[in-house]
Amino acid sequence: MKNSVLHPAASRFYADHGWLQSAQTFSFHGNYDPQRIQFGALRVLNDDTVNGGKGFGRHPHDNMEIISIPLEGTLEHQDSLGNVAVIRPGEIQVMSAGTGVYHTEFNKDQDEPVTFLQIWLYPKKLNVTPRYDQMEYTSGNRHNRFQQILSPDPSDEGVWINQDAWFHLAELDKGFETDYALKKEGNGMYVFVIEGNVEVNGQLLSTRDGYGFWPESAVSVKAVEKSSLLVIEVPEKW
Amino acid sequence: MRNMAQINILAVANHPEILETIIRLINQNERWHGIPAGSLEEAEEVLRVNSIDLVLLGVGIDEETGERITSLCTSIDPRIVCLRHFGGGSGLLYSEIRHALSGG
Repeated sequence: MKNSVLHPAASRFYADHGWLQSAQTFSFHGNYDPQRIQFGALRVLNDDTVNGGKGFGRHPHDNMEIISIPLEGTLEHQDSLGNVAVIRPGEIQVMSAGTGVYHTEFNKDQDEPVTFLQIWLYPKKLNVTPRYDQMEYTSGNRHNRFQQILSPDPSDEGVWINQDAWFHLAELDKGFETDYALKKEGNGMYVFVIEGNVEVNGQLLSTRDGYGFWPESAVSVKAVEKSSLLVIEVPEKW
Repeated sequence: MRNMAQINILAVANHPEILETIIRLINQNERWHGIPAGSLEEAEEVLRVNSIDLVLLGVGIDEETGERITSLCTSIDPRIVCLRHFGGGSGLLYSEIRHALSGG
């Protein structure tokens, strides 16, 4: 398949800060690989685990669409827009940093770790008004189907961001096979396996593997075993 | 006299706190020297009196202003690299700079 990239879980950067264990699919902070800069508008895919009571202190962002998806534990968010919120598995948080925002992200629980996916997308428009949102999505709606949790359209299902991107989650039973149809022609598709083993157009992927490509038609997805995955659809240029 | 091993990086942004953060992060690398500019006029002045290797166009710098700064850089020295900085903090800054300095 043309222009595909396979990112096995073990090939990710690892950063151990004691309180934070971070597996990074793309170059981030002090880790740099010119072959691992981005996949279209997808710039950051960090698989972070934060110890109990610890977290990211107050720091700024601008001009980036920042999405957090908790997988285990509880994350507490505070920002300079006045938002104070807690998110848990089954919820998604989005921050359009735009003209600038400060925030903190801490593990709400003092004892148990929190694991979450931290995803950054380049914005479609620069210097927009900063915005925060979060929502809960119903777990039953992704059993053997793709559940949309993010889109560019405020009136569509899930949270919305300032980019022509769509996120879908799916929990597939062993042997279940389905297709994914792009929401926008020309977009790329990045599949991240949260847990399990799947085949995507014949490419076998295991837990925490990532696979990006530019589909020319509907994409076949088959669960080799019971699996949970995140599909990130992004534009190549914007 | 300019240290030949030093990379001078002009960061342009209209958000003072974020600009200060970017400069602080740049200066954590002993080979990099960050110079702030909060506006087009400040950036033009810095470019006239300093030897700049790299320009980061940050928050609040619209496309028109970015193009004017890029054009000025080209006229001063075509080797000056201008790029858009995203994120406003440590996450992408280092790889953006390293990528630009390596010709990426």
